[in-house]
Amino acid sequence: MIKHNLIKYFNKFKKLYLHQSNDQLNDVDTNQENFSEINLNSLLNKFFLEVTSIATFTFRFFKEVIKPPYEFNELIKQSFLIGYKSFPLIAITGFIIGLVLTIQTRPTLAKFGAQSWLPAMVAVSIIREIGPVITALIFAGKVGSGIGAELASMKVTEQIDAMQVSDTNPFKYLVVTRVVSATFMLPILVVLSDAIALCGSYVGVNIKGNVSTYLFVTQIFQSLEFQDILPAVIKTFFFGFAIGLIGCYEGYNSNKGTEGVGKSANSAVVFASLMVFIIDMMAVQITSLFQN
Amino acid sequence: MNTETITFENENSVIQKDSTVVRMEHLKKSFGNNHVLRDINLVINKGENVVILGQSGTGKSVLIKCIVGLEDIDEGELEILGENFAELNNKQLIEIRKKIGFLFQSGALYDSMTVRENLEFPLRRKSESISKDKMNELVIEALHNVGLDEAINKSPSELSGGMRKRLGLARTLILKPEIMLYDEPTTGLDPITSKEISNLILEVQKKYNTSSVIITHDIECARLTGNRIIILKEGICTTEGTYEELERSEDQWIRSFFE
Repeated sequence: MIKHNLIKYFNKFKKLYLHQSNDQLNDVDTNQENFSEINLNSLLNKFFLEVTSIATFTFRFFKEVIKPPYEFNELIKQSFLIGYKSFPLIAITGFIIGLVLTIQTRPTLAKFGAQSWLPAMVAVSIIREIGPVITALIFAGKVGSGIGAELASMKVTEQIDAMQVSDTNPFKYLVVTRVVSATFMLPILVVLSDAIALCGSYVGVNIKGNVSTYLFVTQIFQSLEFQDILPAVIKTFFFGFAIGLIGCYEGYNSNKGTEGVGKSANSAVVFASLMVFIIDMMAVQITSLFQN
Repeated sequence: MNTETITFENENSVIQKDSTVVRMEHLKKSFGNNHVLRDINLVINKGENVVILGQSGTGKSVLIKCIVGLEDIDEGELEILGENFAELNNKQLIEIRKKIGFLFQSGALYDSMTVRENLEFPLRRKSESISKDKMNELVIEALHNVGLDEAINKSPSELSGGMRKRLGLARTLILKPEIMLYDEPTTGLDPITSKEISNLILEVQKKYNTSSVIITHDIECARLTGNRIIILKEGICTTEGTYEELERSEDQWIRSFFE
């Protein structure tokens, strides 16, 4: 019965996402029921193999990260490339987000005569949610895809094999350094991005109003509490870790060929972005649990 | 490794018969249901250049990847410099690998590093205590050996195909390996550059008395560099001999390689 239901849902999935007609599906149902079972089995097999592979990769990361020798020089180089080089993009995005959010929120608050709440509301939104999530998504697009494509092309051109032959552990040299850098660079970028977004918000407030810098800053600090800032920063470590790890996983396990490079970069962005939302959802649940 | 040696000189180097550096017995390797290496029996002597010929997909590259430990063997015995590969722990494997050089088909240069950094990389991994002056000296010497003195501060993307191969060779030779593995060293190069690379392989053999395994489809490269040629067919070493012997083989399939 369970199997039958699974096949039914699998066909529904194929109809929705693979655009197969009812006739095609009925043919499969009546003539080749085994075919659906085989497809379902192979799909499930593929899914569980992928999950096992990711778990093994993550476990290997934790094993290698604590084991000497440590690649400090490469870690510093990657932190520079991942953190410093991403800053201009993150800064521009942060400024625009702060500006736009302020301009868009003003009319709604104005209806209730609550314009004076504008800096406080924007600050809480940016610090708690929008800053970390938007920065993480931009970071996933730039860094996640970059890592995925770089490692995949290194695999295609046998550079990873060459490292192994040169008495270097490529996992430690390439994966560990990138994941650690991403984990520690994203929180720094988020804090900077939040600050720049608030500057954008200040500009937005003053486009149609006249609020002094002192008043703006005072309102922001009065509205923020320690529990707004800390959970928001902590979750960004997990965002960074997920983005780095997924980028490395996709690149390191890329299929051979140039097609694999593109696929790795694409998958890295898609899965990393998805993971950002999943971690965010979990973080909000955990935070509200502690607040209650 | 057998210490009793009977040496003789050919025009290039001193080949020490009975001084085995690589020995394979009944070596097998499969990828799923694809049995790539079925039964490989192979001996490579000190100072000898062995060329492996065969059609695409017969497992030539897999064979040399097994020698350097990039691929694990399924069955059989593999002995490198007197050490049984199966009995080596990780530390011993690293020590053996330091004595093996591998020139990849694509050169496998690190794109994110300059030519100098590409050459410094293996040196740093081998010994962290190496001084900056000594490293500089070795880098300049390695580049000079392959005729790339001018390219020291360039990035790999600025180099031509032949230069990339030479740089790959320089990076491998900087550690002065005892065994050299060449994976299609002349593929994608024009005849003149191919000949230059073949001559470099001979120079390496002469200068460092290395033992080499050369995988190639380039028959001119095989003629110039090989002391012995082995034909690989469907994962088995079917025939071996000198270039001249195989060129006159009665087997039409073998002769077709030389036509």
